[in-house]
Amino acid sequence: MLNAEKRKTLLLLIPVILVLIGYVLYPSIETLLESFKKNGVFSLENYSDFFGEKSAANFEALWNSVYISLLSVLLSALIGIPLAYIFNRYDFPGRQFFSNIAIMPIVLPSLVGVMAFMYLYGEAGLVPNAIKDVLNLSEVPFSIGGITGILIVHAYTMYPYFYMTTSSALNNIDPSLEEAAYNLGSNKFKVFWKVTFPLLTPGLVAASLLVFMVSMASFSAPFLLAGGFRVLSLQIYFSKINGDLEMAATQSVILSVVSISFLLFMRWYQDRKDYRMASKGIGAHRSEVSNHILKWCMVSLGILAMIVLLLPHATLLILSLVPEGAWTWQTYPTAFSLENFILLFEDPNIWDPVRNSMVMALLACLGVFVFGIITSYALVKRKFIGKNLLDILVMIPWALPATVVGMNLILAFNEPSAFSFGKILVGTFWILPLAYFVRFIPLVVRSTTAVLEQMDDSIEEAAQNLGAKWFYTFRRVVIPIIMPGVLSGTLLAFVQAVGEFPTSVLLYTLDNRPISIEIMNQLRMFNIGQASAYGMIQVGLIAIVMFISYKFLGVKTENTL
Amino acid sequence: MSTVNLSAITKQFGDVTAVEELDILIKEGEFFTFLGPSGCGKTTTLRMIAGFYYPTKGKVTFNDKDMTTVPPEKRNTGMVFQNYALFPHMTVFENVAFGLKVRKITKSQTKKRVEDILKKVRLDQYMDRQVSQLSGGQQQRVALARALVIEPDILLLDEPLSNLDARLRDEMRNEILRLQRDYGITTIYVTHDQAEALTMSDRIAVFNMGKCQQVGTPTEIYNQPVNDFVAEFIGETNLIPIAFKEEKNNEKIYHCEQLDADIQVQATEVNIAEYNRNDQLLMSIRPESVQIDKASLTGENVFKGEVILVQFTGASVHTYIKLSSDAIIRATDLNEGPSTYLTNGSKVNVKLPADQIRVIPKARM
Repeated sequence: MLNAEKRKTLLLLIPVILVLIGYVLYPSIETLLESFKKNGVFSLENYSDFFGEKSAANFEALWNSVYISLLSVLLSALIGIPLAYIFNRYDFPGRQFFSNIAIMPIVLPSLVGVMAFMYLYGEAGLVPNAIKDVLNLSEVPFSIGGITGILIVHAYTMYPYFYMTTSSALNNIDPSLEEAAYNLGSNKFKVFWKVTFPLLTPGLVAASLLVFMVSMASFSAPFLLAGGFRVLSLQIYFSKINGDLEMAATQSVILSVVSISFLLFMRWYQDRKDYRMASKGIGAHRSEVSNHILKWCMVSLGILAMIVLLLPHATLLILSLVPEGAWTWQTYPTAFSLENFILLFEDPNIWDPVRNSMVMALLACLGVFVFGIITSYALVKRKFIGKNLLDILVMIPWALPATVVGMNLILAFNEPSAFSFGKILVGTFWILPLAYFVRFIPLVVRSTTAVLEQMDDSIEEAAQNLGAKWFYTFRRVVIPIIMPGVLSGTLLAFVQAVGEFPTSVLLYTLDNRPISIEIMNQLRMFNIGQASAYGMIQVGLIAIVMFISYKFLGVKTENTL
Repeated sequence: MSTVNLSAITKQFGDVTAVEELDILIKEGEFFTFLGPSGCGKTTTLRMIAGFYYPTKGKVTFNDKDMTTVPPEKRNTGMVFQNYALFPHMTVFENVAFGLKVRKITKSQTKKRVEDILKKVRLDQYMDRQVSQLSGGQQQRVALARALVIEPDILLLDEPLSNLDARLRDEMRNEILRLQRDYGITTIYVTHDQAEALTMSDRIAVFNMGKCQQVGTPTEIYNQPVNDFVAEFIGETNLIPIAFKEEKNNEKIYHCEQLDADIQVQATEVNIAEYNRNDQLLMSIRPESVQIDKASLTGENVFKGEVILVQFTGASVHTYIKLSSDAIIRATDLNEGPSTYLTNGSKVNVKLPADQIRVIPKARM
């Protein structure tokens, strides 16, 4: 009967909606409400403080955040697009190898990446000091820090977004479109600007959006490199540390508003035109570089890029081998050993953060795994009123900067609520797995939705027609088919959760401190070796997961973003 | 095996009426085809029989048992989907065994029945293949085997041949018919291909715009269409508007304005369809019934015309003849060699035999 169908839909939707309201919507609303309170009374004072003269710092931080983000977009685009064009359109020795290396920055968790940059190019960094010694200078020739530091780290970690979207867009362009333009009399230059480049627009818009939002939310780079320089995500953290939750809430609201406005603007811009390719079945075409000088220029460019790209990884590996106390006042580390890794397994104090991270990431992933399957199934295969609303609700954690997600949870669960079963969650073990869960809902839902959309409705109908009940069909037909997509999303969520820093730093307690917090502690104690060893563990985990996804689930790295 | 009875079925999707007031009785063991252009409601009707949709109004009964709102998994129908809907994560064997597993048939029984049916569709050597490794025709046969192995009361086929190339389509047509005859199973077949419908079916229901236009055997549908839609959709025909003038002896006389002449038609059931006084009338004559000759022709309904186009298709030759400023008629003759082909511009006589014409009303929309 019709009602049976509706009952099933309802049964699926109830838990989904409860979770989304309880852990996404309600915390966001709590933050919004809190931002309008001053000492517990409703007022607009926080906002007037924010924009007023009283704390110019906030306004300055907002402005800094926005322009750093815009510059990050520009820089990443300037590196990513030409690199993608050269590696995808020209054929020269080592092309395939270089193009694989080009996406290596994504295996570095943000905190670890920033740390590697600091010890590579910072005041005491290996590169500046090496140059100083070689050229016999009295001072280091350069060092990164402050705004340039943040920008360089952003460009390094975020250009792969541009690189990947441009590559895949380039490979999807039907070569006959460009050939048609040549045939109609355009020259190379015109073809690029009038045909190829406009067709890249959707990819570039998506990449700009991602880079902008990630830089707005960026926490690790300013945290370690900013010095006195203020950005908004960091201001939230300082307000919270200083105990001014109301101001932190206000700052969170403003940061979210900027992020979400940019998102809406980009969506609008993208929807103005339809760029869908009319033709199917495309073979990539590359032109062989025949000019010898040009060819070797490209190869050297590839080699140079490879060195720059892999130096942070190499540095991390080298530093992880430096035992405690072997690199303090010296210019270079003085000893190498496996001590840091041995300690990891021998000293429970050192092992604890690794275990915590794994346990909490695992819990969060179990959650998103189940939640992702149910939610995506309801979104793709069921009809109900308010589907768009649910879709938006699912994507909120993606649009919100991590710091804001953390603040939302603090403000929602620092008092007993129905969604925490009447307990205060802040300060307990459970708040961090919950934060990871909320953060990675969109990732798993999106990857699951993608596979579900490819599964024709008739598959389910066939099973039903053969006599299988709904649940049997779901268990034996739907889940096995979508498993690769769900697993790849969940695995990615797992590694990101292991590397997660911004929410961790807001919500950790001494007992559940995860790896990234311990990295921060070790850095404070100048125990660079141990910090790097932790970083290596994170990198290793990411590498393993990417390998598994690629090998067993047929997922390409490019598709994981 | 079952009879299927659809009585006064209406299905609405929001404001759109997909199927309207449908009455069809499908007999036991019959090969019954729903034929019509896309969007005519034939697939919707099939899905109501399978249970994927429930009718807005009306009743579906199998063997007098009311099935109107029984969920699909309890109907014991076997359906073959247009895209086959094979489970991509299972082997051929597992796909075919799925329905038996759900029915809790023992392992040994299942194995035997799956092997039997796979032998029947000549796929026994592919048993352990992954379905993605099979060709289109083989996948089609797996889908058929999967639907037949559960010994369904009714076999439902939703445009099963539309994804195959022409040669394979012919082969599968015979294969499906052979299996259907072997099992004597009531079969409902949905297609938009009239040739498929004519060659395979015991009876055909012609659909248009959510309504069933006519139900009948292939010969009835072709020779005695009830209106212009059926006449035009099934096979080729010449349609010329006419109006009733008088009845004489065993003949009715119609006036044709386009030709500015009277047309004689035999006053039998075969030549004159049922119509109301207000209906607009058309005469339909199949191209193969039109006689053309350079020499003069005797008898009724003879007109003079000029050849404007000759199309050679291999087995037959189409000749288009202009009879008046707005009447062009097409004649089809079997190919009898180059000497018989007419040339553009030649003057010919055309005869529309009185016993070959069918007078039909315009379909009411």
